[in-house]
Amino acid sequence: MDRELTAWALALAQALLFIAAAPLLAGWLQRVKCHMQNRDAPAVWQPYRNLAKLLRKQMLLAENASWLFRAVPYIVFGAVLLAAAVVPLFAVHLPSAAIADMIVLVAFFALARFFTALAGLDIGTAFGGMGASREMMVAALAEPAMLMAVFTLSMTASTTNLSVATAYMLQAGLVLRPSFLFALLALAMVAVAETSRVPVDNPATHLELTMLHEAMILEYGGRHLALIEWASQIKLMIYSVLIIDFFFPWGIATDFSAMALAVGVIAVTAKLMLLAVVLVVWETVLAKMRLFRVPQFLGFALMLSLLAMLTHVVLETG
Amino acid sequence: MGIAALGLYSQAIILFAALALFTSFIMLAQARMMPLIFTFAWQGLLLAVVSVLTAIASKHPELYVSAALTFTLKVVLIPWLLYRLSIKLNMQYDAEAIEHPTLLLLGGVALVIFSYFVAQSIIHLSGLATRNTIAVSIAIELLGMLLMCVRKSAVAQVIGFMSMESGIFFAAVVSTYGMPLIVELGVAFDILVAAILFGVFFFHLKDSFGSLNVGQFNRLSEANQPMPLRDAAGEPSPGDPS
Repeated sequence: MDRELTAWALALAQALLFIAAAPLLAGWLQRVKCHMQNRDAPAVWQPYRNLAKLLRKQMLLAENASWLFRAVPYIVFGAVLLAAAVVPLFAVHLPSAAIADMIVLVAFFALARFFTALAGLDIGTAFGGMGASREMMVAALAEPAMLMAVFTLSMTASTTNLSVATAYMLQAGLVLRPSFLFALLALAMVAVAETSRVPVDNPATHLELTMLHEAMILEYGGRHLALIEWASQIKLMIYSVLIIDFFFPWGIATDFSAMALAVGVIAVTAKLMLLAVVLVVWETVLAKMRLFRVPQFLGFALMLSLLAMLTHVVLETG
Repeated sequence: MGIAALGLYSQAIILFAALALFTSFIMLAQARMMPLIFTFAWQGLLLAVVSVLTAIASKHPELYVSAALTFTLKVVLIPWLLYRLSIKLNMQYDAEAIEHPTLLLLGGVALVIFSYFVAQSIIHLSGLATRNTIAVSIAIELLGMLLMCVRKSAVAQVIGFMSMESGIFFAAVVSTYGMPLIVELGVAFDILVAAILFGVFFFHLKDSFGSLNVGQFNRLSEANQPMPLRDAAGEPSPGDPS
């Protein structure tokens, strides 16, 4: 009973840490990127300041905004929050992992995206509609690739539960699995597309014709915008932590002793910082691609995840 | 037997075999000429590494010879020949438009599934540790053929052909630990001669047609001369269906 209580408390702490640390990851990413491009870097807490400012600001709504437009930021934030509660950040075997498995996790993201697209259409501006249609195009191509990559992992671990799968990867030790290599590449490409990073989208600009994600949320302001931006920062963190959990799980806590938990937190922090540096290098060497090149990019991701699944079946089981 | 039960060398063989398969897919997607040649060289390198690893794991020292042959031919000599040719023919920046790139990649995936299906019956008969990679070698062969089918550029077709040969060589290594050395030497020599002959052909093609695009080869060489009047000749031209 006591142990169960500890476990739930830890699960809660993990979820809270997840949402509290997401802006920090975004700030670190921004800082490394600025250094990389020889610009003056803002402080790592700049995203917190931005969020606080947006939360304090007065909110303006378009005249023809319906209840849907006002509800969407909360739906999006809620969906992402639930997703964050499921992903093991610094410890496995937490009871919250039973809330949802990998497929439901993908569905949470789909739900958030669907409602964002609806909100983009709701106001009736040209940009909202354009952004919604583009986002849905990217999503329709990215989702099968993501699901295939996730299926490859769950076929190896014989489970779709994230926590159990992570624990399996951890205790399997170092096995050279080609399917994991391909799944990692596919998942990274999908993550780049889904979190609106270069080369699929550029989160830093409001350039009219190239916006994808930004075009949909153009009409939002005040605390609605704060919630949506926070949600997208959490989403980036979820994708990063997913990649870490599946492919580099070493260091994550398997029991609830203070020592193991401390090691888990430090390990995941170090790995997230490294992953952010990799992402920055990727974003710096690549240019944003034309919209009509995106299907080819994601088609390659789908091919990679199919290849991952095939190599698992052909090479790793027989 | 899962992959976790295998030794480290066998795991590495499987990993590099999968990477070689991946380079085949990259070649399918790569539209530019120079990266295509380099990808082919990478595939050769990966196959040479697989041969060396197989030699270590199975204690067949003669596989070192075939690995060295693969390395000299497919990593150094043939890519270098093709590279020099493309610079001489001034086509190092050429890129061809690939029609339906995503469909092409999915077709490649279908070929992999097909070769897995075909290899099933061989896998049951084989007792070697590398038997799972037989399907991959057949897939590399078929993907090389697909590359030859869909590409218009003669250089890309030659690379597809060489890639098919790589697949056959790879199949020999993983299914029977290599062919007899005399056969292997003969095939290697054939490939080298083929590469040189292709080079000579490229020059002739460039001279006669002004391009290496095989889509334009059905134009007869009179293309840049006025067409002969059919009625005046009084007999059907050689291309007529009648």
